[in-house]
Amino acid sequence: MPTVSMTVNGRKMSGECEERTLLVNFLRENLGLTGTHVGCDTSQCGACCVHINGDSVKSCTMLALQAEGAEITTIEGVADGDNLHAIQEAFRDNHGLQCGFCTPGMIMSALDLLKHNANPSEAEIRHHLEGNLCRCTGYHNIVKSIQAAAAAMGGTP
Amino acid sequence: MTGSGIGARVRRKEDKRFITGRGNYTDDINRHGQTHAVFLRSPHAHARIVSVDTKAAMAAGAVAVLTGKDVADAGINGLPCGWLIHNKDGSPMKEPVHPVIAFDRVRHVGDIIAMVIAETKNKARDLAELVDVDYEVLPAAVNAVEALKPGAPQVHDDVEGNLCYDWHLGEREPVDAAFAQAAHVTKLDVYNNRLAPNAMEPRAAIGEYDRASDEHTLYTTSQNPHVIRLLMGAFVLGLPEHKLRVVAPDVGGGFGSKIFHYAEEAAVTWASKVVGRPVKWTSDRSEAFISDAQGRDHHTHAELALDKDGRFLAFRVSTVANMGAYLSTFSTSIPTYLYATLLAGLYATPAIYAEVKAAFTNTVPVDAYRGAGRPEACFIVESIVDKAAHETGRDPAELRKLNLIPASAMPYQTPVALQYDSGDFVKNIDDALKVIDYDGFPARREASKKKGMLRGIGLSSYIEACGIAPSAVAGALGARAGLYESGEVRVHPTGSVTVFTGSHSHGQGHETTFAQIVCERLGVAIENVEVVHGDTAKIPFGMGTYGSRSLAVGGVALHNSLEKVIAKGRKIAAHMMEAAETDVEFKDGSFRVAGTDKSLGFGEIALQAYVPHNFPHDELEPGLDETSFYDPKNFTYPNGCHICEVEIDPETGVTRIERFVAVDDFGNIINPMIVEGQVHGGIMQGIGQALCEDCIYDEAGQLLTGSYMDYCMPKADMVPFYEVGTNVVPCTHNALGVKGAGEAGTIGAAAAVINAIRQATGVEDIQMPATSQRVWQAINASAAKAAA
Ligand code: FES
Ligand code: FES
Repeated sequence: MPTVSMTVNGRKMSGECEERTLLVNFLRENLGLTGTHVGCDTSQCGACCVHINGDSVKSCTMLALQAEGAEITTIEGVADGDNLHAIQEAFRDNHGLQCGFCTPGMIMSALDLLKHNANPSEAEIRHHLEGNLCRCTGYHNIVKSIQAAAAAMGGTP
Repeated sequence: MTGSGIGARVRRKEDKRFITGRGNYTDDINRHGQTHAVFLRSPHAHARIVSVDTKAAMAAGAVAVLTGKDVADAGINGLPCGWLIHNKDGSPMKEPVHPVIAFDRVRHVGDIIAMVIAETKNKARDLAELVDVDYEVLPAAVNAVEALKPGAPQVHDDVEGNLCYDWHLGEREPVDAAFAQAAHVTKLDVYNNRLAPNAMEPRAAIGEYDRASDEHTLYTTSQNPHVIRLLMGAFVLGLPEHKLRVVAPDVGGGFGSKIFHYAEEAAVTWASKVVGRPVKWTSDRSEAFISDAQGRDHHTHAELALDKDGRFLAFRVSTVANMGAYLSTFSTSIPTYLYATLLAGLYATPAIYAEVKAAFTNTVPVDAYRGAGRPEACFIVESIVDKAAHETGRDPAELRKLNLIPASAMPYQTPVALQYDSGDFVKNIDDALKVIDYDGFPARREASKKKGMLRGIGLSSYIEACGIAPSAVAGALGARAGLYESGEVRVHPTGSVTVFTGSHSHGQGHETTFAQIVCERLGVAIENVEVVHGDTAKIPFGMGTYGSRSLAVGGVALHNSLEKVIAKGRKIAAHMMEAAETDVEFKDGSFRVAGTDKSLGFGEIALQAYVPHNFPHDELEPGLDETSFYDPKNFTYPNGCHICEVEIDPETGVTRIERFVAVDDFGNIINPMIVEGQVHGGIMQGIGQALCEDCIYDEAGQLLTGSYMDYCMPKADMVPFYEVGTNVVPCTHNALGVKGAGEAGTIGAAAAVINAIRQATGVEDIQMPATSQRVWQAINASAAKAAA
C-alpha cells in the first residue's frame, strides 16, 4: 500500500492507504480525526468539508493520495487550543447546531465564505450554503451564526 | 431560580464537543480487532431467491458471509411489530414475518440478501460483488391503492389482497345523517407524498461479543436504546437483557427513522459472536434511501359537511396507507392512532368517522417520520377547511375562527377518542394574523401583480397529541409497549448532580434543558449538573425520544425524582437541625427551619447523606439518589397557527416563500432558544414536503429518487428567516405544564404552504410536492380551462 504524507492542523502526518481511499476516510480512519463527517455518497451534503491549502474542499471528492504534501485544516484545527474561534462561538451563541452532525462542515464552509466575503448579505450566506445540508436547524440559526461570526470577526477571518 | 433555570436562554452544554469536532457518533467508534460488514441488497423489488452462492466470496478472503439460511439455522426470529391493530370486525391485523435476512423471497429493493464480513469496508464491498444470487423476478405491487385491487401482485403469500388491516374510528351513522342535512359538502382527494427522513448521520451499528463474560454490546444510531435492547434481545435474538448492552452515543438526528429496530442491528450483534470479533456496519446514503423506514404515503378522500352558516357538521375520511414490504416497529400505529385521532383538528366538528386500509407493497417499509400521522391529519383538515372557505365564499381565517373549539370548552372531548386539556386556539390565529399583517395582504398582492407575480397567503392551524402517552390508553389501543419514562437524580457527596434519563437526545439539547430543570429545583449551578443518556448499562429502563415526548414525559420523570431528592433532603435537614420535618422548607437551594434563622445549604445536606455518622438508621437511610418512572395521565396537545405567504412566478412556476409565521402553544418553556430551533427545523421539513421532497418509485418498484442527486433536500436558500412566537397555555396534567415542541413545525407547515399556493394560483388541486413544474402546469391548465 502506498504511503501518503500531509500536514494536518499544523502537524506532519502520514499513513498507508489503498489507492482508492478517499481523503475523508483517511482523515477519519487513519488519522482518527472523526470530526469530519460523511453524510452522503454523491458529494452533496458538505459534512466532509475541510480546508486544503486554504480552500474549502469536500474531502469525499478527492483521494487521499491526491492530498500528498497538502496543508489541511479540519474542524479539530479551527480552535486555538482551548480558545474557540469566533465562528465556533457564534454557532454556540446562536444555537446554530442541533444534532451537530452537519456542523463541522458548516463551520469549515462558512469560514471559507468569510475569507472571501467578510460581510456577506443574508442572501449571499444562503447561496453559499448550497453545498451544505442540515436536516435539523431549518438553516435559520446557521445563517444567524454566520452573520454573527462576520460581525465578531470584523472582516478579518 | 439561578440564571440557568427554567425559562432561560442557556447556551447548550453539549455544543462544545460538536463545534470542535469531538462528538462521538457511532461511526466514530472503532473497536479493537473489528471487522466490517457490507449488506448485499436486492436490486429487485420483488423476486424469488433461487440460490445464493457465497463460495467465491469466501474463497477470496471473506471473514464470513451470512445468508437468510444461516439466520434461519441459528433460530433467529423475524423483526417484531410493536403495535397490534384490529380490523373493523375485531380480528387482528396481518403480521407477516419480517426476516433479518431474506430467505426465499425479496420484497423491496434494498431487502437484505447476505451480510459480507471482511477485514476492511472496501474489501467487504468487493467481496459482496462475488456473491452470486440467482433471482426469479416477480411483478411488483408499488402503489398502495393499486395493491389492494384484485389481481395485484401478492407481496406475502399469507396476506390475501395485500391488506394488512381495515380499521375505523368514530361512528358512521351520525356522520352520514349529518351529511344528509348539510347545506354544503366539500370534497377533497389528496396524496400525501412519501418522504425519506434523511437524518444527516446515516445509520450505523457495531456488534461486539465478550466471550469471557458472555456479554453482547451493540453500539447503534438509535433514539431509544432500551427499546432496541428489548425488541432485539427478547424477540429476535433471544439474548437475556442482563447480558446485552445497547449504547446509542451521539446520534446525528433521527426524526423518527432511528426509533425502529432494524435488521442490521440484530445482524451485527449476532455476527460478532459468530466471527468472534466486533462487526461494524455504516450505511451509505444511497443505502439509507432503500433501508431506512420512510414516512407518509397516504391516499385520502375526505368530505366535510357544513351548515348554511359555515359551521362544520360532520367530517368523513377514507385513507389507504402504504406499509411498504414489511411492518416496521411502529408502522401500524401511524395511520391509525396517530392519524385518525387528530382528524378533529382544532374544530368543534360534532361527528367524525375515519376508515383506514393499510396495504403491503414492494417498497421500503413506512413508519414514523417527524410528526408521524399528525402531519397527514393536519394536511387533510387544513386543506379541506380552506377549500370549503373558497367554495362558500368565506375568508379562510374567519371560517376557521367560526369553528374553533373555544378555550372555555376545555377540557374538550373530540369524537375521535382524544380529550384536549388546554389551549387558546383563537388567540393563536389572531396573533399570527397580526404578525403577518393579514389585513395588509390585498395591497401586497396588488404590488406583486404589478410585477407580474402571483401572491398567496395560507393558514394552517394544527393540534397534535404528544407525549405518547399513558400506557393504559396505548395498551388499550394495541401498543405492545408501555409508554412511560424514567429519570434518576444522583446527588454526589459534594453536591454536584448526575441525571440519568431514559429520554435520548439526538439534537434536542437535553444535556442543557434537563440540567436547567435541576438548576431550577435544587438551586445548583448548571456546570455542576451532568445529564447521561443513551446507554442501557448506565440509565434506568427508558422508552426514549420520539413523539415530542422527552420533556413532557422524561422531563416530568426527572421532576418527580427531584421532588423525592428534596423530600429526602428535608428529612436529613430536619435531623441535622433537630427540627420537625414538617417545619423544614426548601427554597433557593437551602433547607430552612420555618420561622428561625437555622438553615443548611443543599451541598451540606448532600455531604451528610454520604457521611451519615449520626443518622438514626432505622428511620433514615444514607445516600441521596432517587429514581422515578412517570406514566402520564393524558397525551399533551401542542397547538398553533402557521401562516405562509408566497410569491409565484407564473412564467416558471417557481414558488418563493416570502414570509413564514408560526405562533405555537407548547405550554411552559424550559429554554426558548432551543424551542425556537425545534420549530425552525420542523417548519423546514414541512416546507420540504410541500415544495420538493418525494420518494418516487417506478412501476417495477425502483426508487427513482434514491440519492441526493434526485431526492430534493431543502436548502438554505429556499426559505427566509422564520418568524416564530409562542402563546403559552400550560398543560394541565403534568407537573411542569409542558406540552412538547419537536414535531409542531412539521405538522403545521405543509398545509400553510400549499394553501398559500392554492390561493395564489386559484387552483385547488395542487398536490405535494408543489414543484415549479407542477405549479406551472396547474396555472396553465386552469388558464386553458378558463379560456375554453
Ligand atoms: S460526504 Fe462529502 S459531500 Fe457528503
Ligand atoms: S444540526 Fe443536525 S444536521 Fe445540522
